[in-house]
Amino acid sequence: MPDPSLHLAVALEGAGWHPAAWREPCARPTELLTAGYWTDLVREAEAGLLDLVTIEDSLALQSSSPAGPDDRTDQVRGRLDAVLIAARVAPLTGHIGLVPTTVVTHTEPFHASKAIATLDYVSTGRAGIRVRVSSRPDEAALFGRRDIPPLRLEDRPDDTDVPGGPLAELFDEAADYVEVIRRLWDSWEDDAEIRDAATGRFVDRDKLHYIDFAGQQFSVRGPSITPRPPQGQPVVSALGHRTVAYRLIGRAADLGFVTPHNEAEARTILAEVRAEQAAAGRADDTVHVLGDVVVFLDDDESAARDRKGRLDTRLGRDYISDAHVFTGTPAQLADLVQLWHEAGLSGVRLRPATLPHDLEQITRGLVPELQRRGAFRTAYEADTLRGLLGLPRPANRYAAV
Amino acid sequence: MSSSTRKQIHLAAHFPGVNNTTVWSDPDAGSHIDFRSFVHLAQTAERAKFDFLFLAEGLRLREQNGLIYDLDVVGRPDTLTVLTALAAVTERLGLAGTINSTFNEPYDIARQFATLDHLSAGRAAWNVVTSWDEFTGENFRRGGFLPKEKRYLRAKEFLAATWALFDSWRGDEIVADAESGVFLADPDAGRFAVHSDQFDISGRFAVPRSPQTRPVILQAGDSDEGREFAASSADAIFSRHGTLDAGREFYADVKGRLARYGRSPEELKILPAATFVLGDTAAEAEERADHVRHQQVSGQTAIKFLEQLWNRDLSSYDPDGPLPTVDPQVGENTIARGRASVRMYRDPLATAREWRALADDKQLSIRELIIAVTARQSFIGTAAQVADTIDEFVQTDASDGFVLVPHITPGGLDEFADTVVPLLQERGSFRTEYEGTTLREHLGLSDARPPLDAPTGAALS
Repeated sequence: MPDPSLHLAVALEGAGWHPAAWREPCARPTELLTAGYWTDLVREAEAGLLDLVTIEDSLALQSSSPAGPDDRTDQVRGRLDAVLIAARVAPLTGHIGLVPTTVVTHTEPFHASKAIATLDYVSTGRAGIRVRVSSRPDEAALFGRRDIPPLRLEDRPDDTDVPGGPLAELFDEAADYVEVIRRLWDSWEDDAEIRDAATGRFVDRDKLHYIDFAGQQFSVRGPSITPRPPQGQPVVSALGHRTVAYRLIGRAADLGFVTPHNEAEARTILAEVRAEQAAAGRADDTVHVLGDVVVFLDDDESAARDRKGRLDTRLGRDYISDAHVFTGTPAQLADLVQLWHEAGLSGVRLRPATLPHDLEQITRGLVPELQRRGAFRTAYEADTLRGLLGLPRPANRYAAV
Repeated sequence: MSSSTRKQIHLAAHFPGVNNTTVWSDPDAGSHIDFRSFVHLAQTAERAKFDFLFLAEGLRLREQNGLIYDLDVVGRPDTLTVLTALAAVTERLGLAGTINSTFNEPYDIARQFATLDHLSAGRAAWNVVTSWDEFTGENFRRGGFLPKEKRYLRAKEFLAATWALFDSWRGDEIVADAESGVFLADPDAGRFAVHSDQFDISGRFAVPRSPQTRPVILQAGDSDEGREFAASSADAIFSRHGTLDAGREFYADVKGRLARYGRSPEELKILPAATFVLGDTAAEAEERADHVRHQQVSGQTAIKFLEQLWNRDLSSYDPDGPLPTVDPQVGENTIARGRASVRMYRDPLATAREWRALADDKQLSIRELIIAVTARQSFIGTAAQVADTIDEFVQTDASDGFVLVPHITPGGLDEFADTVVPLLQERGSFRTEYEGTTLREHLGLSDARPPLDAPTGAALS
């Protein structure tokens, strides 16, 4: 009986996470804006029985600098809206979870709530959302609705995290955003549609609820225009590297992505997320935490090292990442995955350095290896994302008990 | 007559809306939210070679007497998300949706429409609407920020801003030459800046040029300002003009406005919305139409309609009894919220007098009166009769085609597709195969899009 507790996700980004990935022989750099490209990738991930794919997104054009735009011409530039990529792929897949990124700093929670609810309808229960904060002044200028001062994390990392600090404000807004989208998903009770011919009523309006959220950045009245989605609550996720983000995961998410570099760090981060979860009164809720790893995989270790070397030569420097960078064989990666799992993580979110090569190494190398060890599913055991993650369909907060 | 000389009809399918045209109580009525319903209607429309599928949108549930309106279908999906999913299960059908320019920002909407256009290989269309009400604003960051008199200014500037975004990539920037390492030929690709009354935005647009460059632009306004907006900026206009004479007058008026924007008459299609009821004989169609009208206007619905004109609570009235003797309450309509149709009653007292006279004359109850004044279908008859009528509208320049509104979800277009479309094809008035791949090609629109600087507020003030 395979261990049902290990969860595997893949993070899809452009031609892969290495900036020179688009120059690899396997890459399809002129197809990054086509439906076929994304469909092929997600189908491959589904063939490997993965729990979910995440799809990266940003409002601004990609940049090599986290602080703002660049004028480089040697890396992938141009991307599509991640929620719509997920929607385009949904009818052509059947089991895998679809978790697009949504920037919450400038967008409308009302729109995001109905978009993800609709993704849940078109995927029959496989939708999630990864909420992302934008702290870049150039992204604010694309919307022109507010000024965001430049954050200088490298100068004063401690100031930005404190309550009331600039980063904490953006993350507080993100928590409000998640609260609003969650209330809107519940703003229709499951049995609100009655089609009662005798009284002529299509809905029972007592089962539609105003959410009356009032926060610092927005107020939202509700109810949603979209009925409660199939999963009730689609899966909410966030990536975190620091306390403010662990707090967001602890307060608001079902799923957190974190970036430890070894088992000890995994334990430390996990303890911090659990403490935030408890502080938010959610100690009894399931919050899965997955460790992010960038992967360069080949059947033999030296081949993987050589490939990374070739990519780094084209980049002009050693590739670095916020996440741990793994170079080796699928079997070696399986060892790491199991160690991190034993350290308490629910699993890993793998970032393929190149596409489709490193994705295929995951689905055709890592997954069979884990299966041989009895550590990963051999068939999909559920057809909703909550089901794959072992999360029950939640009761509606507005339903009378 | 051969198809090369006949004017070609354009047809679109409207997913049944959240109003009483849609009959949810019929045994054949399916889900309004299950994706399979959308797939069914889209695939029926594509099988029948329609130009596009259209989805409406509303951003707040309607209310009447301070309560959520519960007699019509309630609930719908996110427009762009469901259209993009439909791109996966269709190959040629245009995918059109309403998106509000008041409670959105141009950068976000341009990003999403450009994405839909990429992921559908050139089939996206956008019906630009504008609203100003605080009622809807309560669901959004800025609340009811827009004064009524600025709503067309906002729409025009919004459209102009998205065009600046769509046009910010020429289409030849991505070279992706692995050998030389040059991905982008132009380090400044996507650069834009828009500074206007409503917008102050700049940067680089994230989505490279899409197959149609810009989505096909639809517009539904019927006012003088709305017609001018369409003439300057739209590729197709919806209208409500149901008779041949009114249709021809509207057609001539709107097409006549194009020249001053340097556009030819073919560059704006006129597509009235139309409902239909078919039967094997004319008498059977009439009988079915009467049955449908009674399904659309229940006694409860009749009272609610009457309240929208009377602007007061009439819940104590019997729908099978006579009209109220009390007059409508004049002034701002406070009884119904989130509903555009109440603004059609410009002189409620006069309309009430007409309705009373009609009810007295024909001895109509409230429900019979509302059926008589609100719900008559556009086309009633055999397939041959309906095909004749549609073709006559198009050949005599009362329209360029129709947006058909079925009253049953999702099967309400099946019979039309199976019986009327083949007759239109036999006459050479409607395509038997798609000739192009993009919606612009289906609509016979040239690549020459409306000029970028057309939608400015100053031109109309």
